[in-house]
Amino acid sequence: MIYFDNAATTLQKPDCVIHAVTHALTVFGNPGRGVHNPALFASRAVYEARSALAQLLHAENPSRIAFTANATQSLNIAIKGILHPGDHVITTALEHNSVLRPLYELEALGVELTVLPADNRGRVCYEDFAAAIRDNTRAIVCTHGSNLTGNLLDIGFLGALAKAHGLLFVVDAAQTAGVFPIDVQEMGIDILCFTGHKGLLGPQGTGGLYVREGVVVRPLLTGGSGVQSHSKTHPAQMPTALEAGTLNAHGLAGLNAGVRYLLETGIDTIREKEQALMRAFLDGAGQIPGITLYGDFSQKNRCPIVSLNVRDYDSSQVSDVLFSEFGIATRPGAHCAPLMHDALGTGERGAVRFSFSHYNTLEEINTAISALREIAREE
Amino acid sequence: MMQKWAKVIFTFHTTTDAMAMESLCKEKNLSGRMIPVPGAITADCGLAWCAEPQMEEALLGAIKAAGIPYQGIYSLMI
Repeated sequence: MIYFDNAATTLQKPDCVIHAVTHALTVFGNPGRGVHNPALFASRAVYEARSALAQLLHAENPSRIAFTANATQSLNIAIKGILHPGDHVITTALEHNSVLRPLYELEALGVELTVLPADNRGRVCYEDFAAAIRDNTRAIVCTHGSNLTGNLLDIGFLGALAKAHGLLFVVDAAQTAGVFPIDVQEMGIDILCFTGHKGLLGPQGTGGLYVREGVVVRPLLTGGSGVQSHSKTHPAQMPTALEAGTLNAHGLAGLNAGVRYLLETGIDTIREKEQALMRAFLDGAGQIPGITLYGDFSQKNRCPIVSLNVRDYDSSQVSDVLFSEFGIATRPGAHCAPLMHDALGTGERGAVRFSFSHYNTLEEINTAISALREIAREE
Repeated sequence: MMQKWAKVIFTFHTTTDAMAMESLCKEKNLSGRMIPVPGAITADCGLAWCAEPQMEEALLGAIKAAGIPYQGIYSLMI
């Protein structure tokens, strides 16, 4: 089986991740809920994961990283925790439903929403952001990289724009954390939401968010925290403020191992391999008659994602044939990005997404190109 | 087994701060260990750093230099 669905979940993890989770399952108690060794083993692993992520993202200190179950949970915490009825918020057509749906939910409660359009190559017009700012604009919420086209947004530019206008800047880094360099302080990012099971190479059920010092986020959940037990209110200190309930310490042990693997290997090394594979795939697939590619491939840096369609075939059928006949795993359909599909003109049939890992090989890429050539051959 | 000894105790607002203290002490080779907060004091976090009394100055210097928030420092017989 050839796995090209790494934008959904990276299938192959470094051995250290598997060992860390397996070990954690044998020795961990509850993190932050006791001072015996099993509890301390868990607490230490959680702290080490915070430290590793703070290093990777250039956070002020580990306490600015709060853990969640995934990017969707992080984005809900961020979006619902900073916006009030009467506020205006700017987002883009590139977004995943984990951004769009919380925003639509708040729009129904009185938050004003502007969704900036994308063209048929999935590109935004950067002038649109400044033009959309109003007196009551509270935040810009956007993705760093489209999960459908792989196009990147210039978050350094947008962070500076947000700062210049006194806006909060919230970034969905689901596709880019662990892949592209992110310096939350230098880029002016107030809240960065990430998931553990994609580029960070951790297990599913792990994720989190960075929150800049001084930014207050209303908790989505309150409850058990292991601290300040006699207080009627949930603790205000980060990261406890955003971590009600027992953390997934077993998973976070794996996430810690994944992030440390990235730090040791170097994300530049990993990304260069992934981008080389993506370019090789593009070079081959792009020459096949009947293949339509979606995205801006003039970008030097882009997520290792290529979405395409074959002739007028349904994307689900193509993906099914790729797997059933050639053993190649891809993802068809809408990819939870409805506005992006609308902009690309693929709202009805979706697209077949190929997404690459540094564990993939050139041989696998060539196999996929051959398979596409065969599928695209005119009957 | 239940004898009492003089100790210096650092308390914290969050488990993360307590873990940062433990990590710092390990890195700086400062002696001590994590204990449950003694009943004689109250603290936000149930984890406290316990060390010999003569370690107080070194621990205080290290925690301030590292910028780790702490809630209180106590000298106790525990």
